[in-house]
This record gives sequence, structure tokens and C-alpha cells, in this order.
Amino acid sequence: MIRAVMVMNTQGKPRLAKFYDSQPVDKQQELIRSVFGVLCSRAENVSNFVEADSIFGPDSRIVYKHFATLYFVLVFDSSENELAMLDLIQVLVETLDKCFKNVCELDLVFNYSKIHTILDEIFFGGQVLETSSAEVMKAVEEISKLETASNSITLVPKSVSGWRGR
Amino acid sequence: MEQLKTIGRELAMGSQGGFGQSKEFLDLVKSIGEARSKAEEDRIVLHEIETLKRRISEPDIPKRKMKEYIIRLVYFEMLGHDASFGYIHAVKMTHDDTLLLKRTGYLAVTLFLNDDHDLIILIVNTIQKDLRSDNYLVVCAALNAVCRLINEETIPAVLPQVVDLLSHSKEAVRKKAIMALHRFYQKSPSSVSHLVSNFRKRLCDNDPGVMGATLCPLFDLITIEVHSYKDLVVSFVSILKQVAERRLPKSYDYHQMPAPFIQIRLLKILALLGSGDKQASENMYTVVGDILRKCDSSSNIGNAVLYECVCCVSSIYPNPKLLEVAADVISRFLKSDSHNLKYMGIDSLGRLIKMSPEIAEQHQLAVIDCLEDPDDTLKRKTFELLYKMTKSSNVEVIVDRMIDYMISINDNHYKTYIASRCVELAEQFAPSNHWFILTMNKVFEHAGDLVNVKVAHNLMRLIAEGFGEDDDAADSQLRSSAVESYLHIIGEPKLPSVFLQVICWVLGEYGTADGKYSASYITGKLCDVAEACSNDETVKAYAVTAIMKIYAFEIAAGRKVDMLHECQSLVEELSASHSTDLQQRAYELQAVICLDAHAVENIIPSDASCEDVEIDKNLSFLNSYVQQSLENGAQPYIPETGRSGMSDTINFRSQDQPEASMHGLRFEAYELPKPPVPSRMHTASLEPSTELVPVSEPAYSRDTHQVATVPSVSDAGSSELKLRLDGVQKKWGRPAYSSSAPSTSSSTSQNTVNGVTQVDAAGSVISKAHKTNDSRKPRVEISPEKQKLAASLFGGSSQTEKRPTTASHKVTKAGSHAAGKKSQAPKSAVVSNQVTVEKTIHQPPPDLLDLGEPAVPSATPSVDPFKQLEGLLDPTQVSSTANHGAVGATESPDIIALYGKTPASGHSSSAAISLPTNGDGVNFTAGLLDATISTTHAGTTLPTQSIKGLNAKDSLEKDALVRQMGVTPSSQNPNLFRDLLS
Repeated sequence: MIRAVMVMNTQGKPRLAKFYDSQPVDKQQELIRSVFGVLCSRAENVSNFVEADSIFGPDSRIVYKHFATLYFVLVFDSSENELAMLDLIQVLVETLDKCFKNVCELDLVFNYSKIHTILDEIFFGGQVLETSSAEVMKAVEEISKLETASNSITLVPKSVSGWRGR
Repeated sequence: MEQLKTIGRELAMGSQGGFGQSKEFLDLVKSIGEARSKAEEDRIVLHEIETLKRRISEPDIPKRKMKEYIIRLVYFEMLGHDASFGYIHAVKMTHDDTLLLKRTGYLAVTLFLNDDHDLIILIVNTIQKDLRSDNYLVVCAALNAVCRLINEETIPAVLPQVVDLLSHSKEAVRKKAIMALHRFYQKSPSSVSHLVSNFRKRLCDNDPGVMGATLCPLFDLITIEVHSYKDLVVSFVSILKQVAERRLPKSYDYHQMPAPFIQIRLLKILALLGSGDKQASENMYTVVGDILRKCDSSSNIGNAVLYECVCCVSSIYPNPKLLEVAADVISRFLKSDSHNLKYMGIDSLGRLIKMSPEIAEQHQLAVIDCLEDPDDTLKRKTFELLYKMTKSSNVEVIVDRMIDYMISINDNHYKTYIASRCVELAEQFAPSNHWFILTMNKVFEHAGDLVNVKVAHNLMRLIAEGFGEDDDAADSQLRSSAVESYLHIIGEPKLPSVFLQVICWVLGEYGTADGKYSASYITGKLCDVAEACSNDETVKAYAVTAIMKIYAFEIAAGRKVDMLHECQSLVEELSASHSTDLQQRAYELQAVICLDAHAVENIIPSDASCEDVEIDKNLSFLNSYVQQSLENGAQPYIPETGRSGMSDTINFRSQDQPEASMHGLRFEAYELPKPPVPSRMHTASLEPSTELVPVSEPAYSRDTHQVATVPSVSDAGSSELKLRLDGVQKKWGRPAYSSSAPSTSSSTSQNTVNGVTQVDAAGSVISKAHKTNDSRKPRVEISPEKQKLAASLFGGSSQTEKRPTTASHKVTKAGSHAAGKKSQAPKSAVVSNQVTVEKTIHQPPPDLLDLGEPAVPSATPSVDPFKQLEGLLDPTQVSSTANHGAVGATESPDIIALYGKTPASGHSSSAAISLPTNGDGVNFTAGLLDATISTTHAGTTLPTQSIKGLNAKDSLEKDALVRQMGVTPSSQNPNLFRDLLS
């Protein structure tokens, strides 16, 4: 099972964090910090795997990938395959890239809810749901289309004067 | 700037035409992003939270604005700030009808709330409604929330709807419904146990995606219960075949691989189903072989599938052809430049060596490269592999390496782990007691505070018991070498407390035993220790007791005792101590010194730590007193359970008692028994140990796989209680001899083996070195140092066979018996071949430099390995009957003994603890444990005799034959052994 997905920048600021097993808020922060502590101490040309027993308890591993200013991190247990998880990060990044065209750190920050939509199409309750970025894109586009549609029906007439007036 | 524009555009798209709010949010995020320090960021966020708090509770907020507020809150919470004031608004938002807001609401609650939060109850109703919605996106959003928010109690509320969704027309919904059901299963298996058949049904879904989703829950189910899914083997194989043959739609391809994630899942499942099942495995050979051959090894995901194939091959019933292909894959991994692949290579090598141990040899240099790699992950994985490969011939090299690494790292968690591994290997394979003590010294010195106290007690026990009863000279030699090394080390600053306790105890018991050091010298050192650790009462207590023992021995020997001045002041200081325990010890010391030789000898007999103390739990010596009191009109004693009228006091009093009479059912585990000891001692011995309980089982029963490892872990967990208790007991109480027999004899017996392996190793190393040099031209120069290391690590590979072969031929349990026996059986052989032992004892581990020597032991010790091997076979049957059931645990020899003993002696632990303070106790348990000793003794000696001389001649001949034929044992032995075994 996948325990958490994290994206953080090279200064250790979390950009996205989703935990699939329940963790209280301050514990989450602590976990993010300790993961960052491990990652930033690792050299360039080493493996992308870290055993994370000391952070997440027994039987937990980390796979991470470093893109520009961001670390993409997956935390999971022995029922997953490390190399496959590495590719899953690839799927996530590819999807983000397709979605935002040359994705960069700021895209993640400003499109918080959209990123979560993408994430929810790839991971579901700690399991891998979809691994084709094209399929994910299709689902995400469909969602935003329907969201827009539902908005234009209900929201606009009611509040159009309200926010035009501001 | 360019990027910002893009963002602006995206933002505009995403949120309907960038109006005021988004600009504000954008600015906010920007200012947070540009914050120079954490403090500045906090200030901005806190300010914003204040604003939001005010605004969010205003009435009549436009929905769109509300949505943004919620998103902001989510963002702040990710940054680590408290946004709980907004939770209720997020919950309200899930009730909204518009898809956008509903989804935002669900997103927020899944991120905000845990499944035990009070607000969940307000959402359950909405979820129920949404699961029935016509809009599949609403359903999906609800399912998403279900996974995160529904807990054991609320599962029944949504279960019917989720089950209905299993036959929804949209495959995306079916897929998510399966996964939600899986989640329920993870959270509470019992709540969905009647629905498990749905997973099987959905395996036949038209949509490959849904089929793929069912593999996850099926994997979990099969992990727990293999047998009820054996019928699916054929289906899984045919699915895997179809996937591998690209029968799935193109859209499932990933990097030109057909549905690799599904393949991986299926291979994992097959590995479980095929383990130890020849018939099931035979179905799989073709398809796994096909994938192994065809799989593209240039892409990452291709390698992931290959790795999974190797795992599968090493888990199912072995097939020589597949093993060969798997070995090829591993060598490709190991030769790769990518650290990731090397890591996978090392990992899969560790899996495969239990099937075919000889493959480790061809990769020895690659393994050593990984060991010296700067990458910590790789290094640790390699240590893991070495741990699996350890045997008596290479234990010294491996443990030395581990200790070096242990010293070099700061990560306490891993330090603890590797320290426990060192201890475990040293206990199991130590070539000599002297080496064992030196190794333990190193471990204690550098990780003393991290290792389990139990380890310290084991060390004390070993020193106290030595080789066994037969060889007093060796015992005292061991003790004096321990004393010497401790006196040497005692001056070092900052020794860990546990280590000091050991030192004090050993110095107290044996400091003056060999007459080399005077009592005043030792007591002086002990006083120094007590002074240096003025904060550590446990160490002080150990030191004072040690001083008392030294003086008592002096008095008993009829010598005049002059108390050192510093000693006197220490005693005075302690008798005014805040700790009652220390006070008592100080007064006892003073009292003992004033007694005459005869009395002292009875109180503290010399070298009597091995004697057992009998405890009369019935306090029968009080009977006459009680009788007399009763006659004088005293109230008879009513047991607490019998006193019904005063429930209040009972309630209060019996908190320490098992509350069986209070509640019908207890769900929590019983607490540890609390020995009525000075609290200091108590906490010391029960210290929450982070050390992993040494699970030595994997070393022997490697043929069980992931399935088996899961239970074994929990096994260890459950036995931890016992282990700790054990530690308590061992602190002072004399453990039965039975426990010493295996541990000590193992070290000697391994030793003789060591001598042999050396021969084998040396022989094989030469040939191997030639082979590798010939066959692998690309590696032009290999530093001699590395080769030497390689030789010492891999040299005695013939030894490895023993473990796996026995393990795979026997059922796990029998295998572990055999393993347990392995060390016990040769005990008598050791005694008879005393000369050999002496000769081989000091020989260094085999390596290239030793080539000249091996002629010496080749004739004599060659008897032993085979005899030992016979020992593996015969006593399995004998021992299972002779050694009563207690030894059934799958643990290493000495641990078995510990376990076996616990039930017998566990209850006396409390009294045994305070033993050193009240010397009379010594004789109490003696009788009690005598029984245990004798039974176990019967168990150990019986089988040994039966093997002895049985097949020794036979095996000698065979060995000679092999040598005559000039076959290097390392490569041929597997067959030879198989021959012998069959």
C-alpha cells in the first residue's frame, strides 16, 4: 500500500502532501521534515530508494525523484515494487506536465485543487488506480468540464452582479 | 515572469476568469513563497488566518469565495498551521449541490479530517446520498471520501451502496468501488468478510482496469490465506499470459510494456500461491519464463517486471531452468551502472541465494563494490544480504564490517538495528568466546545505550557459564580475559550505562578469581566507576554490589580486609542516598564486612552466580506462626477475590491483579507482571527497547516466503513480552544450564567447522579466482584487498549449503529443529576432539593469504562437518520427542533454550532479581530449576549419542572420495549433500 505522496521543494517547503493512512496535522509536518532531512543529505548519483523504517515505522520505504526545484516522494510498504513506484512518479510528473505545459513549482502552488484532482485519479485510498497519463488527463478534463458546466448554470446568474460590482 | 503569466492563464482557466479573490490568493501565495524565513512565513500565514477566521463566519458569503477560503485553509494546513476553525465550513460545503463546490468540500474534508473525527457523522449522510447520485463524478468524489473518512463503525452505513456500485455501468466507478471495498477490508476485515467473493467475481470483469483493481485486494487476501485461492492459479496464469502477449487494448501499454503494473501485481500473487506448492508452480513456469526472456530490460518499468519475475522464481517451487535465467537477470542488474538496479540486484540476490547458494560466488566482487558504495541505501541492502550469507567461516569479516559501519553512522535507529544484528550473528556463529567478548565490547562501547538489556544479560551469562561444566580451565581463561579487557576499557570516558553494568558485574564476580589482581585494585576501579557515574543509580548499585562481593570473597578466603578509604567514603555517601535501593546495598555491604568467614561464605558463595535459587512461594515456614496467631484469636486471611462486600476497596486494591473477576471480557493484553523490586531495577530491565527482537528464524527457514515472514514478525512481537521477562530474570538469577549448552557449544563446534571450511575455502578460492579472472576480462584489475575480502566473505560457500538444503528438505518446523540441533549435536564430538578444537581455535578466517596453512587440519577435522551433517538429519526426529515441546519455537538454539525455560522459571523472576542483595536467596531456586536442567539435559545428550559414530565412517569415506576425484567441494557439495540427504 502507498502510505503517502509528497512533493516538496529543495528548501523543504511542502508543496503537496497527501497521507493515505491517518496522521494528525503536526505528525504530518514532522514526517515531511524528516523525509526532507533524509533526502537533502543524499548525494546526486545514488539510488532513488531509501529505507524509511526510522520515519514511518517498520516495513516502509521511500522512493523519490528530483526534478528541478522539487522532490517527488512516495512512501509505501513491501507490497509494492520500488522500480514501479519510481515509474509512478514519472506518471505523475508526466501528467502534470501535460496539464500545465512545462510544469514548474509555482504551478503546483497555484493550482492546489487541480493537483489534488490529478492525484486522486492516479492514487485511490493508498492503491494505484491508473497509470496511463493520457487516461488521467481524460478524466481530469472531464471533471473540469462538468464542473464548469455546473457552475455556469447555478452560480453565474445568482452572483454575477455581486462580483461585477466589486 | 514568463512562468507567472502561464500561471495566471491557468488560474484564469481553472477558476473562471481571474477576478479579485484569485488575485489576492495569488499575491498571498507569492508573498509566502518569497518569505525569507520560517518566522516571516508564519507571520504572513497567521495574519491571513486571522482575516479568514473573521470573514469565513460572515453570513451570506458567495459560494465561489467560500470555495477559495477553503482552499486557502487546506493550503495553510499543509504548511503546518491549525485551520480547525474552518473544518465545519468544509463539511457544509460537501452538502452543496454544485459539483465544483461539492468536490472542493470533499477534498477539504479528506485532507482535514481523520476517520475518528467528530464531524464525520455529519458527512455520512451526504456520502450515502452521493453514492446513489446519477452523476458518476459525484459518486467518484464520494467514494474517494469514503476511503479516507469511513471507519469501522460507519462502514455498515455505506456498505450497501458501495456494493451496489460494483455493478455500475461506468468502469471508473466499478474500479473505485472495488478499491473502496478493499479499504474497508483493510480497516476492518470482519465487516466485509461476507463480501470477499465479490473480488473473485470482479476478476472476470470486462474491463481490464477493473480486473487490475481486484488484484490488490486479492493480493492481501492471499497473503493471509493462501489455500482458499489455489483454484485461481490457472486464472491468474492465463490472465498474465494474455497481458504478456499484448492482448489488452493499446491504452494499457506503458513505455511499450503491456500493462506492467498489472503484470507486477500478478507476479506477486503467483509468488504467494506457488510458494512450496509444486503443482501450482508447474503451471507458472512457462509464463514466467516467457516474460523473463521477452521482457525489455532497457526501460525502468521493464526491469521492475524482471525483478518481480526473479522474486517470483525464488519464491515458487524451484525450477532449475528458471533459476538460471533469474541468475542472468541478477547479474545484469549487478553489472549495471544504475544504483537503482544494483539495489534491486542485491535484493534479488538475497532472495535467490536461499535457492541456489552458489550464485553468490560469481557476484562476489559486485557485492563488495556495493558494500563500499557511498550510497547508504545500497550499503544497508548489502549488509542485509551479508547477514543472510553469514556462516561460521566468514562471521568475523562480516561482523567487523558491520561494526565499522555502525561506528560511522549517526542514525540511531539503524545503529540499533545493525547492533542487534551484530550481536545476533556473534551469538550464533562466534568462532571463539574470546572473539565473542571482544566483539561484544565493541558493540557495547559504540552502541551500548541502544542495544537491548537482554544482550547484556546474555553476555554476563556467557562469561559466567563459559564453555560448560567440562572445561574449567577454558572457563577461567575466558573470565580472566574478560576481566582483563574490562580493566583495560574501564578508564574510557562516556561508556554506556549498560556496558558499565556488565563490567561491574563481571569484575565483582571474577575480578579477583585468578589472583592476578588484588582486591584493592579492583575495588578501587569499581569506586572510580561509581564516582564517575554519579547520576546513574543502576550502575552505582552494580558497583556497590560488586565491591561487596569482592570483599566477601576476600573474607571467605580468610584474608584480612582493609576497606579502601575512597570505598569507605562511597559507602557512607550511599548510605545517605535518596535511593532506598542504594542505601540498602550500602548497609548490606557494611554488615557483610563485619561477619566471620563462615557466615560470609554462606551468604555470598564464590562463583555461584550459576547456582539456582529455590523459592518457597507458599511461605510454608510461616505456617506455625499463622497457626499460632489464629489460635490466639486473629482473623483468618481471606483472599481478595473472596471479599465480596467491599467492592470499592477491591477495585482500588486489585488494580495490579488480573481483573478477571471484574469484567467478562478483556480486550487489551495483560500487563507485564510487576516484580516487587526496587523501582530502579525494574525500569532498567523493562526499558522500552527499540532493538528489534532478534529473529534468527529467517536464517534457517528461508524457504517460507513473504507469506511466512508476516506471521513471523508478529510472532516475534508476541514473544517480546516473554523475552523481556527473560531479561529480568537473567539479571541475577542463574539461568538453567540448558540455555548455556547450546550457545557455548555452538561456538566451539562451529570452530571445528571453521577449520574445515578453511581447507575448502582455500581450495575453492584458488580455482574461483582463476575462473573469475578468466571469464570476466573486462575487470582488468581487482585490488588484492578486495579479492581478499571477497575470499573471506564467500570462501566457505560449501557451508552455506547446509542451511538451505536442510531447510528445504524439511518442513519449516522440522528444519528449525534441525537447525537448533545443529549446534547441539556436535557437542560430544567437540569433547572427544578436544585437540582439534584447541588447534583450530585461533586460526584466522580463511582468505587468500592463508593458502600455505591448510595442510595442517585437513586430516583430523574432516570428520566433523559430515558428522555434523548427520547430526542435522538424525536428531530431528529424536529431538522432537526427547526435547519436550518447549523447544518447538523457531528460534536459534540459545533463544530456544531461553523460551523453553521461561515458563518454568519465569514466575520466580521477582525473587531472583533481588538475589545479590540478600544472599540467602541463592540456594532457594536451585532446586526449583534443577528439574528443568535435568530434563533439558536429557534432551541434549540423547540425540548426540545416537549420531555419534553412526555415519562418521561413511561420510569420511565419501569425503575422501570427493577429494580424490579432485572436485572442489565448493561447487560440487550441493550434489554431494543432496546425495547424503536423500
